[in-house]
Amino acid sequence: MEHIELFFKSIFIDNMVFATFLGMCSYLAVSKKVSTAVGLGAAVIFVLAITVPLNWLLDQYILQEGALAWLGPEYAAYDLSFLSFIMFIATIATMVQLVEIVVEKFSPALYNSLGIFLPLIAVNCAILGGSLFMQSREIPTLGLAVTYGIGSGIGWFLAILAIAAIREKIRYSSVPPALRGLGITFIITGLMAIGFMSFGGMLTGGDESVEKEKTEQAIQLEEEDIDAKEKEIKKSTEEEITTALNE
Amino acid sequence: MAEVVEQEKVEKVSKEPLFSKKNRKLIIDPITDDNPITIQVLGICSALAITAELEASIVMSISVLFVLGIGNVVISLMRNIIPPKIRIIVQLVVVATLVIIVDLVLKAFAYQLSKTLSVFVGLIITNCIIMGRFEAFALGNGPWKSFLDGVGNSLGYGIILIIVGFFRELLGSGTLLGFKVLGDPIEKTGLYALGYENNGFMLLAPMALIVVGLIIWVQRSRNVALVEEN
Repeated sequence: MEHIELFFKSIFIDNMVFATFLGMCSYLAVSKKVSTAVGLGAAVIFVLAITVPLNWLLDQYILQEGALAWLGPEYAAYDLSFLSFIMFIATIATMVQLVEIVVEKFSPALYNSLGIFLPLIAVNCAILGGSLFMQSREIPTLGLAVTYGIGSGIGWFLAILAIAAIREKIRYSSVPPALRGLGITFIITGLMAIGFMSFGGMLTGGDESVEKEKTEQAIQLEEEDIDAKEKEIKKSTEEEITTALNE
Repeated sequence: MAEVVEQEKVEKVSKEPLFSKKNRKLIIDPITDDNPITIQVLGICSALAITAELEASIVMSISVLFVLGIGNVVISLMRNIIPPKIRIIVQLVVVATLVIIVDLVLKAFAYQLSKTLSVFVGLIITNCIIMGRFEAFALGNGPWKSFLDGVGNSLGYGIILIIVGFFRELLGSGTLLGFKVLGDPIEKTGLYALGYENNGFMLLAPMALIVVGLIIWVQRSRNVALVEEN
């Protein structure tokens, strides 16, 4: 269940492009045609699905505070989290190169469609952003990290597909000259982002805080009740004691 | 005789003033007609994500100025010894080191701010403006020119960030750098006494895109040469 929840959350609610603006540069630069957009989108899903779990392992077993405990108790105090930027980006850069070589060797057809985009991806903020958000949101298990990587990749794919389709159509409409190209793309993306905001209440995410408040209130009420009862009991016992003493 | 000519040549090269017309152009161009955000389409992600407050935009601009200025010089000094095949990894390592310095300094001296910037300090590494300038300029030019180019481009980037941050904070929460310039919304002083309300929508993510879109509109209608063909 939590897999499904995280999956849809990372596609729609925390969409990479519309909610956190990651990978905007390639999103704007490679969205002139649907076919190229699909190629880049597929490559992003692919690379995110590999690098997020890998970086999760790195984070969990090397970088976090106390992560080195598996080497022995004397290593438990180390905190290497300041190295996470450089480790993550190195993993991403090498993985991208490795994927490129493997794909070229075993599937020339896929290489021909993805090939040109793979080097571009090493410096796509969406990839590093995926790993950094994975770290800052403290995703608990490896399985969830895989789900998160694939989900946010698909979210990015959807976004670039949508804008590419819109840009192909917009060629036939008369946009004010100064807005043509980049300007209108920005404004359309803004409007799309407003649309995506409506997904915000899709999961239980919207109600969680309300429920929390409710439970907190309930707890407070209960505590007050308990306090009142305790006071009553104290009073009654005091009264009993005083009456007993008087007698 | 030949030696004398050579010496003269050397002198001529070194005699070029530090701020010659060409060098000044390196700084001024990116601020106006060759702006990294609105014209070259570099470094958009961070420009949009952290501009809900003016303070965050200013700090982000300074961080990028530091990383790009120094990074450009370092890459330019190493440009003849970097093997072309692995240059991207070398560049990433240089940037990552500089960004770690920025991140640690922010955490030490402005902890609250580093929380607001969250992952976006780390994302300076993949900020396209940095890699873009390394590839396009620092790999082919000397250190001083690369430094000027880095400073110019990060200033151009910073100006857009500060404009966007200014409007979003002013219209969204009625403050600038945290000061209540439009009066107090709760006690109904200043503009709020006249029935003015904050536009909370400006603080949300989509408005950043639309504000940048409007800036591009203004810039291109002032300078028709920049207009694209669809």
